[in-house]
Amino acid sequence: MRDALYAEWTKLRTLTSTGWLLSAAAVLTVGLSAAVVGATGYTSGGPYQDLPKLALTGIDLGQSVIAVLAVLAVSNEYSTGMMRTTLAAVPRRLVVLAAKAVNLVGLTVVAGIVAVGACLFAARLILPGRGFTAAHGYPVLALAHGPIVRAAVGSVLYLVLIALFSLGVATAVRDSATAIGLVLGLLYLFPLLAQLVTDPAWHRHLQQIGPMTAGLAIQATTNLQGLPISPWAGLAVLAAWAGAALIGGGVLLRHRDA
Amino acid sequence: MTTGTPYRSERPVGRDGFVQLLYAEWTKFRTVRSWMISLSVVAVLIVALSFTAAAGNHASFCPGPNASTCTAGHPAVPTGPGGEPVADSFTFVHQPLVGNGNLTVRVTSLTGAYVPGNTVGVSASGQLLTPTRPGLAQWAKAGISIQKDTSPGSAYAAVMVTGSHGVRMQYNYTHDAAGAPGSVTASSPRWLRLRRAGDVITGYDSTDGTHWNKIGTADLPGLPAAVQLGMFVTSPVLYPSGSNNGYPSRATASFDQIAARGDLPHDLWTGESIDANGFYPTLPSAATWHQEANQAFTVGGSGDIGPQVGGGIFGADVGASLLIGGLGGLIVLIILGALFITSEYRRGLIRTTFAASPRRGRVLLAKAVVIGSVTFVVALVGTAIAEVVSRHVLAANGSYLFPLSAAAEIRVVVGTALLLAVAAILALALGAALRRSAGAVVGGIVLLVLPFILGSTLPVGPSNWLMRLTPTAAFAVQGTQPVFAQVSNAYTVVNGYYPLSPWAGLAVLCGYTAVALGGAIWLLRRRDA
Repeated sequence: MRDALYAEWTKLRTLTSTGWLLSAAAVLTVGLSAAVVGATGYTSGGPYQDLPKLALTGIDLGQSVIAVLAVLAVSNEYSTGMMRTTLAAVPRRLVVLAAKAVNLVGLTVVAGIVAVGACLFAARLILPGRGFTAAHGYPVLALAHGPIVRAAVGSVLYLVLIALFSLGVATAVRDSATAIGLVLGLLYLFPLLAQLVTDPAWHRHLQQIGPMTAGLAIQATTNLQGLPISPWAGLAVLAAWAGAALIGGGVLLRHRDA
Repeated sequence: MTTGTPYRSERPVGRDGFVQLLYAEWTKFRTVRSWMISLSVVAVLIVALSFTAAAGNHASFCPGPNASTCTAGHPAVPTGPGGEPVADSFTFVHQPLVGNGNLTVRVTSLTGAYVPGNTVGVSASGQLLTPTRPGLAQWAKAGISIQKDTSPGSAYAAVMVTGSHGVRMQYNYTHDAAGAPGSVTASSPRWLRLRRAGDVITGYDSTDGTHWNKIGTADLPGLPAAVQLGMFVTSPVLYPSGSNNGYPSRATASFDQIAARGDLPHDLWTGESIDANGFYPTLPSAATWHQEANQAFTVGGSGDIGPQVGGGIFGADVGASLLIGGLGGLIVLIILGALFITSEYRRGLIRTTFAASPRRGRVLLAKAVVIGSVTFVVALVGTAIAEVVSRHVLAANGSYLFPLSAAAEIRVVVGTALLLAVAAILALALGAALRRSAGAVVGGIVLLVLPFILGSTLPVGPSNWLMRLTPTAAFAVQGTQPVFAQVSNAYTVVNGYYPLSPWAGLAVLCGYTAVALGGAIWLLRRRDA
């Protein structure tokens, strides 16, 4: 297992696209968060804003880059024919999948911590200038506050689960374009479909089962009763999606030709 | 030594035209089984997603006493003199006027309240269970009106003070003109006057009672001799600032110095609530009228007088269910368009293709024509079926469907199919430029799908800029309802309102595609195969 881990790490670190994709994920996350936070102003009499959730909006964009990274980690091997070499070197195919998963988790955790930390720090700098001061009832964003820690740690876990989900789908589908389309479609179409149905029961259920809508519930710090699903339960739904994708991919990897 | 004739093949010389190139590209497309399967997946996906969105929209109304019996359906929506669906719910304190005449009043206050929740509970005695919160709707209206009759949807002309748009003159639901600005308080009241001369009604306002400004005139052809003249108050759905959720509201206004001139057979003010339980969301028990003294009234009302809008709290469908079907098909077509060219690079077939057709720009154009036309046909079938199915499902669920002309329906179906075809060509151009399918698919999704996701989380202003500048502007072909400046509504894409006109939006996408194709052709000619 250790050799397989090191081999996968070598494959990932010798590709320049890995570094570029991780940096792009972090930069796009922080960029979008800063843009959204900078565009939000305090209006007296308006509803109470969930500032940490607002500050972490960039994850919506960064997750797509992490998904691309995870898909390419598998699909590039299939498209170049390297997968046959890999499976010849490591005949236990699930070990290959596990080694890829562990490496992706490690890389995503690093990129996620950088991205989430930078988002919260940027929001802490920008928000007081936009009117969200203690005088108006908004304390300064600080990691000492319990729900904010949950939102930050949860967002990193969210990115990890997205990476694992994409890895599973790509192992099952093998083609990079199809896998990326499938992953991004599943992520982005559920919230839009949920917005278009007005029936409250359907609306709620679609938000409870959608990977992105359920997973992002972890970012909420206020008004938890108004959420369709509680934070950790939402992350568990996304973990179920990732688990199902990994299991499906693993079964197909074992039983199909390379 | 005999000389023989050199061998000449009997076969005719093959032509090297664009048509042959098209046939070659079509052969490459149709012989890949998974691509043909994914075309049928596109059609199925469009229909399935549209059906899901339509099936998730119900409307029920409960006409029985105490809202005891509920059925799928909706209260009747009145239509105005021009045939358009309108909202005509208000409190009217009126009396008949025969022939010419005028009415002058002074409005000294306009206040309002709303219930910040979508289900408004009412006790057995008609009292609101959910407490109200003070707040005046922007377009709350209190003023004087000359109505053809008191049926919902009748022709009218009115002068009114509004919540935050000053004095307005409005007639026949869609016309609106501005008068003196500023809100009404006891220290800054407004005088309003309507004068009828035959079919022409003129509106005036004044801030001091002596100097009158003419706001505008209304020509209501076919106005009978006997019309209804009086004071009205109404308050539309209130959107708290920065929010896209609307709540029913009510308003109360004080009128005094009431002076009516002309042939008034009854000479007695009668209070009435017009269309209180109609389609427009109103607060129960909001219709009140009370005579304070001689020629002074306090009137309260809820509802709106104006064009009926759709989406959100109104529940009326504006064709937004085709949006999700289009997006689902779009993602599959982006993948297909990208794969059509990048699979040649991956397999090395591109060198054979360019050896057979050295003019590389024509190769890309032939690919664009093939994938554009095939996609258009499939998307047309899918969208036509989805449109029919979703309208049927919505009607069966009781939702109110805005009347749509056949030309508009055809435009929605054909426009969506065109949008999907041009998006596939855009993905093809990205694939040719980047040569990697992953990058092309991500680029296509970022350009075409991501603005929707971002736009649905951002407020209306930035979301509309995204809908103007990105290729997603093409979804404006599905917009069928206009934005009315004098009606507050969440004019968001999810509710079916787009900032660009339909063909202008499609032109934005075509512009992006033309630039991408041009750039791809330029790159193809410079680079190695």
